Amino acid sequence: MSAARVGVVTFPGTLDDQDAARAVRLVGAEAVPLWHADHDLKGVDAVFLPGGFSYGDYLRCGAISRFAPLMDELIPAAKAGLPVLGTCNGFQILCEAHLLPGALTRNASLHYVCRDQKLRIEQTATAWTNSFAPGQEIVLPVKHGEGRYVASDETLAALEANDQVVVRYIGNPNGSLNDIAGIRNEAGNVVGLMPHPEHAVEELVGAPSTDGLGFFTSILKKLVNA
Amino acid sequence: MARVIVDVMLKPEILDPQGQAIARALPRLGFSGVSAVRQGKRFEVQLEGPADEAALAEVRKMAETLLANTVIEDYSVRVEG
Repeated sequence: MSAARVGVVTFPGTLDDQDAARAVRLVGAEAVPLWHADHDLKGVDAVFLPGGFSYGDYLRCGAISRFAPLMDELIPAAKAGLPVLGTCNGFQILCEAHLLPGALTRNASLHYVCRDQKLRIEQTATAWTNSFAPGQEIVLPVKHGEGRYVASDETLAALEANDQVVVRYIGNPNGSLNDIAGIRNEAGNVVGLMPHPEHAVEELVGAPSTDGLGFFTSILKKLVNA
Repeated sequence: MARVIVDVMLKPEILDPQGQAIARALPRLGFSGVSAVRQGKRFEVQLEGPADEAALAEVRKMAETLLANTVIEDYSVRVEG
């Protein structure tokens, strides 16, 4: 059987695509580079939207990337069930594209936050978190200036009622409502989170943990069993 | 050639830490009597033609699509006199 193929998207200003591709390869999947200006998903089985400052974060984080040619392909594919994970800027893009509800705005402290962050996995019924135990506590790096998750009261209530909060901060770094670090869409194939699993896959590079691997083994498990 | 102004503001219920930081700085600079500040964005859209109803409808569509994220922001459109 051929390896599962996970697309990793690069926009102008993306930073974490190489780390993401490496993490994909570490779990035995094939990392397929996807370019923002192409109308081509190259037949991948899943897509990773990495962090960075796509299009310089001009206007709002993710606001311009959301209209990239590749997104014209990705948005309908995600709505049709293609597994998509967005981290940091990728999460911001997914919100701007309305694939996930709510939005990410300036940290309440106004400071850029860069630290190892304790988190709790709230939802394991997603394409990207099925390797974790419900309630499992993990540590991942966070690094962002605009990571405060906000949504209307109705949206927040719906997220909680439908078990769509996937990851919660233990010690809120940015003022996110309900300590939300990551959410999923109703179907569970699209997940976005501010912390960086792709930076926590190997101890050799000083990562605080290898807890990030769980996101990659999850998608592999999902694709192999599909 | 008309110029249309689009103002984009965070919705009132969304916390604006930047506006709060400005409000906190004002008394230190000797400005008193300010109870709150909220920060927004102003876009000046230069039209090729007149700002008729059709053109304004188009600007509103621009605001809705790109200039504002209506999940967290409100916008208003007006013609500069």
